[in-house]
Amino acid sequence: MKELINIALPKGRLGEKVYSMFEAVGYDCPSIRENNRKLIFENEAAGVRYFWVKPSDVTIYVERGAADIGVAGKDILLEYAPDVYELLDLCTGNCRMAVAAPVGFRDDPSRTLRVATKFQNIAKTYYGGQGREIDMIHLNGSIELAPILGLSDVIVDIVETGTTLRENHLEVVENIVPISARLIANKASYQFKNAQIRELTERLAECVAKKQAGAEA
Amino acid sequence: MNQTDVFKPEERVAFALRSLYRSYGYSQFRMSKFEEYDFYVRNKSFLVSDNIITFTDTNGKLMALKPDVTLSIVRNTKDGESGTRKVYYHENVYRPARGSRTYREIAQVGLECIGNVDDYAIAETLTLAERSLAEISPRHALGIAHLGILAELIRRAGYPEESHSELFRMIGEKNLGELKLRSPEFGVSVDHAEKLFAVLSGTGEVQSTLELLASLYGDEAWKSDVSALRRVLNVLPMECVRLDFSVVGDRNYYNGIVFHGYVDGVPDRVLSGGQYDKLMQKLGKTSGAIGFAVYLDGIERLTPSANDYDVDTVVLYGENTALSDVAGTMQKLTRAGKRAIAVRELPASMVGQELIRL
Repeated sequence: MKELINIALPKGRLGEKVYSMFEAVGYDCPSIRENNRKLIFENEAAGVRYFWVKPSDVTIYVERGAADIGVAGKDILLEYAPDVYELLDLCTGNCRMAVAAPVGFRDDPSRTLRVATKFQNIAKTYYGGQGREIDMIHLNGSIELAPILGLSDVIVDIVETGTTLRENHLEVVENIVPISARLIANKASYQFKNAQIRELTERLAECVAKKQAGAEA
Repeated sequence: MNQTDVFKPEERVAFALRSLYRSYGYSQFRMSKFEEYDFYVRNKSFLVSDNIITFTDTNGKLMALKPDVTLSIVRNTKDGESGTRKVYYHENVYRPARGSRTYREIAQVGLECIGNVDDYAIAETLTLAERSLAEISPRHALGIAHLGILAELIRRAGYPEESHSELFRMIGEKNLGELKLRSPEFGVSVDHAEKLFAVLSGTGEVQSTLELLASLYGDEAWKSDVSALRRVLNVLPMECVRLDFSVVGDRNYYNGIVFHGYVDGVPDRVLSGGQYDKLMQKLGKTSGAIGFAVYLDGIERLTPSANDYDVDTVVLYGENTALSDVAGTMQKLTRAGKRAIAVRELPASMVGQELIRL
């Protein structure tokens, strides 16, 4: 019997979108579409076993080998730098990591910049590269609130459409890095399920290329 | 009771590896558990983790619990000795396990070959690395790269020096997408880097990768590098070996051959090594060196699930049971290879398969 590939998908809209891509290239698992509370879904014929996990936990499942491959946002990969292979940009879930501030904000380089963020490592690397001294404020959610209440000068956060920022009179002042969903693999699994993982990656790459070509046309 | 019942898998592997290395003439290297902190700080990036446990010695010096063995061995090796020194070690090191934030005591077995590192020495080290993995599990894989050849591919593609750290990160991640996307940013067109991409995207199967490498450039220098690599790899069992250029050690320390080993069932690499002439130079030595370490902490995962019983037989004796009866029963049972326990009352958490009341 063929060994199954264990795939960790991020719960939520992105995960569903990504599952459709897997499904389209032959790694379908009909039971996943059923409305139930199951956590693990298997299709032996297609050689896959899916499970839904919290998006920020995907890298942990993959790094520790509970999943052979998974799909994680580039933001998570940059923030936690897990020891995994990053095999493919799935070109979906596109957004960007950016610095945002209240509209009309003027940076005073002579003062320590107060930065509120969920992504401490990304912010540290970004401002470290500029040699800028910052006061990092780690928040777990509602980051946009920080500059409004004067808790911070700027925020480093994910920006998708910019609607939340606009509604709160904030604007992007600098883009740090574009973000999208990436296919990642455990380094040991890549050795022992090499042919299966390579084939899956190739099929997904073709699917992504087709989609990209379609979008450009 | 046989050996495998007594030894934990990591202990069994450690003994097997020590005996393997001894059979190849390696002698055991023993060292102190502590070194001066300053020594490690200067060579932080050679270490798996830069977190080190420190304490102040009685003379006020800041000391460290050894986070690594290779550095200590290199430091304590006399330079300029004639011949090649071959040593192995079995030591505990203290550092956070990968992906964890808490310190652990980690058993490490490994070997170092210091002196004149010729093609045979490299081939022997790779052979022992592969055999070490085979001792751990029949399903194993050794990924080998050659940093010299990779650096040459990168140089010929035209990547500037300042792009190298980013470049090596992407290669280490097998992140070809980003590499292709960002190459123009480094002043290299995707067409120009085609040969590098071809090597990185290959299956890693040794013979076909060697053929691909040989076909890339026609000059003598390149051909000689590739055939040197072929000579060394030819002694290895091909089914367990892959030429995998994503194996990139720290370029400040390693040069030439670098390799990582995996066994099925352990999610992280269990073996890592390479030629580290650059580390030797940094520590003021002129000799060449190659070696590897086997991390035994991951191997405990290979244990089959715990037995259903703590012991085979529980011998329960009463207040009036004759001591000689208990002793006799225990001797009989243990001589028959049973694992037995003699108690007046069984501890609540203990489960035995069979019960004998005396």
